[in-house]
Amino acid sequence: METAPKPGRDVPPKKDSPQAKRKKPRRYWEEEVTPAAAPAGPPRKKARAREPRPPRSKGVRGAPKSHFGRKPQAPKNASDRKKPRRTLSGAQDPFPGPAPAPAEVARKFCRIDKSKKLPHSKPKTRTKLETAEAQEEEASVRAARAELLLAEEPGFLEGEDGEDTAKILQTDIVEAVDIASAAKHFDLNLRQFGPYRLNYSRTGRHLALGGRRGHVAALNWVTKKLMCEINVMEAVRDIHFLHSETLLAVAQNRWLYIYDNQGIELHCIRRCDRVTRLEFLPFHFLLATASETGFLTYLDVSVGKIVTALNARAGRLSVMAQNPYNAVIHLGHSNGTVSLWSPAVKEPLAKTLCHRGAVRAVAVDPTGTYMATSGLDHQLKIFDLRGTFQPLSARTLPQGAGHLAFSQRGLLVAGMGDVVNIWAGPGKASPPSLEQPYLTHRLSGHVHGLQFCPFEDVLGVGHSGGMTSMLVPGSAEPNFDGLENNPYRSRKQRQEWEVKALLEKVPAELICLDPRALAEVDVVTLEQQKKERIERLGYDPDAKAAFQPKAKQKGRSSTASLVKRKKKVMDQEHRDKVRQSLEEQEEQQQQQQQRQKQKTAKPTRARPSALDRFVR
Amino acid sequence: MHATKAAKGLLALSQQEELVDLPTNYPLSASEDEGDGDGERKHQKLLEAIGSLSGKNRWKSAERSEASLKVSEFNVSSEGSGEKLALSDLLEPVKPSSSLTAVKKQLSRVKAKKTLDLPLNKGEVERIHREVAFSKTSQILSKWDSVVQKNREAEQLVFPLEKEPASFAPIEQVFLDWKARTPLEQEVFNLLHKNKQPVTDPLLTPVEKASLRAMSLEEAKIRRAELQRARALQSYYEARARRMKKIKSKKYHKIVKKGKAKKAIKDFEQLRKVDPNAALEELEKIEKARMMERMSLKHQNSGKWAKSKAIMAKYDLEARQAMQEQLAKNKELTQKLQVVSESEEEGGAEEEEALVPDVVNEAQMNAGGPNPWMLRTCNRDAQEDEVQANSNELPEPVAHEFSENEGNEKPEAEEDVLLKEFEERRSLRKRSKLNQDAKPVGGQETKDSATKEVLSELKALSQKLSKDNRLSKKPKESPAKTVLLVQEEEPAPEEDEPLLLQRPERVQTLEELEELGKEDCLPNKELPGAAVEGGEQVRRNPQEELKGKKKEKMISLQKLLTTRTPSVTSVAVPTTVEEQEDEVERDQKQMIKEAFAGDDVIKEFLKEKRETIQANKPKDLDLTLPGWGEWGGMDLKPSAKKRRRFLIKAPEGPPRKDRNLPNVIINEKRNIHAAAHQVRVLPYPFTHHQQFERTIQNPIGSTWNTQRAFQKLTAPKVVTKAGHIIKPIKAEDVGYQSSPRSDLSVMQSNPKRRSKHQKQLKKRRAQ
Repeated sequence: METAPKPGRDVPPKKDSPQAKRKKPRRYWEEEVTPAAAPAGPPRKKARAREPRPPRSKGVRGAPKSHFGRKPQAPKNASDRKKPRRTLSGAQDPFPGPAPAPAEVARKFCRIDKSKKLPHSKPKTRTKLETAEAQEEEASVRAARAELLLAEEPGFLEGEDGEDTAKILQTDIVEAVDIASAAKHFDLNLRQFGPYRLNYSRTGRHLALGGRRGHVAALNWVTKKLMCEINVMEAVRDIHFLHSETLLAVAQNRWLYIYDNQGIELHCIRRCDRVTRLEFLPFHFLLATASETGFLTYLDVSVGKIVTALNARAGRLSVMAQNPYNAVIHLGHSNGTVSLWSPAVKEPLAKTLCHRGAVRAVAVDPTGTYMATSGLDHQLKIFDLRGTFQPLSARTLPQGAGHLAFSQRGLLVAGMGDVVNIWAGPGKASPPSLEQPYLTHRLSGHVHGLQFCPFEDVLGVGHSGGMTSMLVPGSAEPNFDGLENNPYRSRKQRQEWEVKALLEKVPAELICLDPRALAEVDVVTLEQQKKERIERLGYDPDAKAAFQPKAKQKGRSSTASLVKRKKKVMDQEHRDKVRQSLEEQEEQQQQQQQRQKQKTAKPTRARPSALDRFVR
Repeated sequence: MHATKAAKGLLALSQQEELVDLPTNYPLSASEDEGDGDGERKHQKLLEAIGSLSGKNRWKSAERSEASLKVSEFNVSSEGSGEKLALSDLLEPVKPSSSLTAVKKQLSRVKAKKTLDLPLNKGEVERIHREVAFSKTSQILSKWDSVVQKNREAEQLVFPLEKEPASFAPIEQVFLDWKARTPLEQEVFNLLHKNKQPVTDPLLTPVEKASLRAMSLEEAKIRRAELQRARALQSYYEARARRMKKIKSKKYHKIVKKGKAKKAIKDFEQLRKVDPNAALEELEKIEKARMMERMSLKHQNSGKWAKSKAIMAKYDLEARQAMQEQLAKNKELTQKLQVVSESEEEGGAEEEEALVPDVVNEAQMNAGGPNPWMLRTCNRDAQEDEVQANSNELPEPVAHEFSENEGNEKPEAEEDVLLKEFEERRSLRKRSKLNQDAKPVGGQETKDSATKEVLSELKALSQKLSKDNRLSKKPKESPAKTVLLVQEEEPAPEEDEPLLLQRPERVQTLEELEELGKEDCLPNKELPGAAVEGGEQVRRNPQEELKGKKKEKMISLQKLLTTRTPSVTSVAVPTTVEEQEDEVERDQKQMIKEAFAGDDVIKEFLKEKRETIQANKPKDLDLTLPGWGEWGGMDLKPSAKKRRRFLIKAPEGPPRKDRNLPNVIINEKRNIHAAAHQVRVLPYPFTHHQQFERTIQNPIGSTWNTQRAFQKLTAPKVVTKAGHIIKPIKAEDVGYQSSPRSDLSVMQSNPKRRSKHQKQLKKRRAQ
């Protein structure tokens, strides 16, 4: 989880917004600022837009150092406390002991599931387990310390006086932020070639646009440099970047085409025909295509072979999303269900009934915890994907949402007609609360494609009037992993990354609902093998040998006494077992009692009375 | 046991040998034996005769029962007598003789011994030896057990094994051992000791320490000011020098040169006074220069330039002057040195003094001590006046700096105050945030006035505001609730229980959150499917509800999908008019209902789920044979009893994951492709798969770990250094002090080996 924050190079340090709420303490090297010299601009009625933070602008705001409190943690042993290390010159180490690591951050990096109780283990096994735990702890502490390097903070938007942020217009935000960020809000007026689909590359620097009437363009949207622009003279249904910005997959009317960044047609894949939606699984190098014919096809772009073509048996497929956590493809169907697919299994991994009408849009949040669906019944629902697939919240929209997308930090956007609504949750790991929209924006045409730009607080909306790049403060992850997705990478770095990514390619058959299943033992096969071995040998080699009493002298080894001793041991074992089971029962009972107490505690407030029957 | 036996056997053998030797020591003559024999027999006969006289022994006839054929001097027969002949009797002479006592004793000793055991056969003996050797060797080798154990458990082994590097000796010890030998070293040491430069731990002189202790903040500031001033001066001089160097005016340079020459002469004079020898050397140098000048044609107006000038000299005044200058120079250089008078010298020195500012001189004066900076602090008081005096004289920038430094104390105090204020404000802001005041605490207002009164006022204000806010919110809430109630009355009875609990007001403050928690305690939220208005029902018959809950924990799909959700207010479509909202919504609902009236999605889904469950269930095996043991035919079916008897029920599989989730079908099929990548054999020390799973759950890749952690996690178990010989481990390496040959001693004691070895030696000798 080590990230390499890039120091800002060519963007000037961001100024604080006009009405800074906190005053920075004056440093001794700074000149004293007389209060009279404070910026005394005209008091603005509303200026609350803290700008969307681009990752590379080095904020003047202090990094969250509160995690790493200045006070050194109390050293554990007394010897540490007694003797702070003295250097040769007699100076003392002001911060003795190892650098403190915040426990709650370290807990985030602990991956061993300690919830299950282990069976009794032998000393040798125990040492192995202990070393594993020690390793985990050390690694997590190191990772927690490395969190210090994630210096960037996400942007935010705050209403003044409890003002509704949804009423803040884009123009207001653009006014409040610095020039570099303001330049990220723009409109492309492309009315000629119909509604646009769009896709950002994984680094967030490049943008691909595909107009319904054949207009395909790829550009570096930050510098506004056009890479290529062609008209394929055919309907374009969807457009998607492959692993890097050099390759572009375009779902055209008939077949799937692949272009390079010059707009040169590299491949025409005729096995994927009438494709409606495209998704790219970056770690597996798979291009998933959903077609009108009802097939979900996985194309391995690293070798150019079709991995599987799955028949969804649900008619035309036009709603697709991928779960970034486990690379499972979610398909929305016309019967209100959402099915989850993996290339390794011919049937859906799971199927959920989400809406009464057809599903119009599906989106999964980057942590793979929540799924947002919208249907023809004008409802927008958020489902919990952690095993239960139950709706957490739902909302009826006046016009149902036709497009949904999650941002890196869990903001949900829905495109309804020509209006875009964005909802935000209270925290990063929480689902967006659908009560109050965070931002709204009205476009010049009907929404046709939505995507949040990675690592930039920007939402790209493709619509019938062209394309709009909106500023959504706090949508993107402020810290990027330079080894994974480096927005500032050079050509050489990209090539290096490509090789590494290909070497680390995950096999397609490993896609399953729980990606951590690979760290589990194949219990079925294990048991089967054990059974077969016992059958082959005629006895169980691992079974505990029956108690054999020792031979004793002086006539104490008589048959009767042997039997007696055997029986004694057996009884002891039996007693232990019974005791254990009794204890477990007691525990269960106690738990139940507690539960009941909790239950009974509730009705005590409204005690049923005899007169209740007359209550109407 | 065997060993002791063997030892006994050996002992017995040796004693036997002794016995064998015995007869040679004491030879007995045959003739003596002969003489005794006749007398004996007679005596015997006599005894017999006497014995027969008594009646008791009458049955013992004197008759011989057996003929003794052999009568020889070597054979002793005891016929006729009832007694047994003892060996000692043979030796016993008639008269006791002293010479035979030793023999008799030996004999008795031999007699006391029982018969000897057979010596152990060779194989047995060898086995015993082997056993002894094994036990000894294993005992010796057991000392390695801990080492082996340690090495096996070690996370990493580095070969060749290295001893722990000797711990770093403290520097004072190193110094104590070291002595100055060469004169240079001694000189350095003298210098160090003169200044009491400590060689041991804190590398500060007592003076330095004292100064460190004495130095307070102000002093440090003064020191810094001085430093800055000195630096400023230095840079000023440097700049001046540079500037002067760049001057191209010949005249100027001439003046400078003259000045230099003058100075050199003065120096020389001074030197002559102070150190005549050095002055002589200097003089020689000057002499030499003069000689060189005289030798060379440099200023003789004989060069190319001079010649050209000579042509021009007639008409050009400048050229003439230049030539004259050259000649003058030549003259000057070739001139012999003259002694300058004393009075002149002193005047010059004073002039020079005036040129250089005071500060520089002062620094030079102070430079005599060991450490000028430290010295200064010690006699700071004395010099303070000077410094101030200097500051008055100094050029402007330096003086300004100094004054700033003096005033430094005040700003710092101010800074403290500001910091405090800042912290207070931050805490205040936090509180105000809790109270959901988006209103900023006027940062600029408090900036100036650091007084606490203002702060307290602000606090009060913020609290008031929060209260007001809450008050203003309450009325807002109430209409919303009423609206909700109105809405709740409307829907059809089948749709009256929304699954999800949503409140029209967003939870904004902590207090509200707490209230929420309280509300949670209320019974109206017991069921996940229970609605807000469902609470009333619950209150009516809570017991029934409880029972029902126990019975079906399953959430009804109908409820789940027909959730009544609050619709979006004006924000989604900012332009629409709010009043129409309800009507529009109702219309939409109606429309949706009509639209989806035909296809019952839920029923279809449930049917599909049932089918999949059935398909995945293990099938029962029916072994009934119709017509077997009873009448068969077209319409006849085997009896229920028979069918029951021949039906083999399949074992029930594990419960389905989606048994309590009505809206979900989870595929229970095993992913065999993924399973191929899973571990299917438990490695050695683990007995349960959960134990092993714990050890592999922590990822070790660099993607999930920091670089250092990754390196540590993936460190190889054994590391060998290239180009190094890996020697076998020695006892000394692991801290044992035993002799290296101790483990070989047993091997040498092996007799068989020894004998073989001896045999080989013998063979060699023979050859």
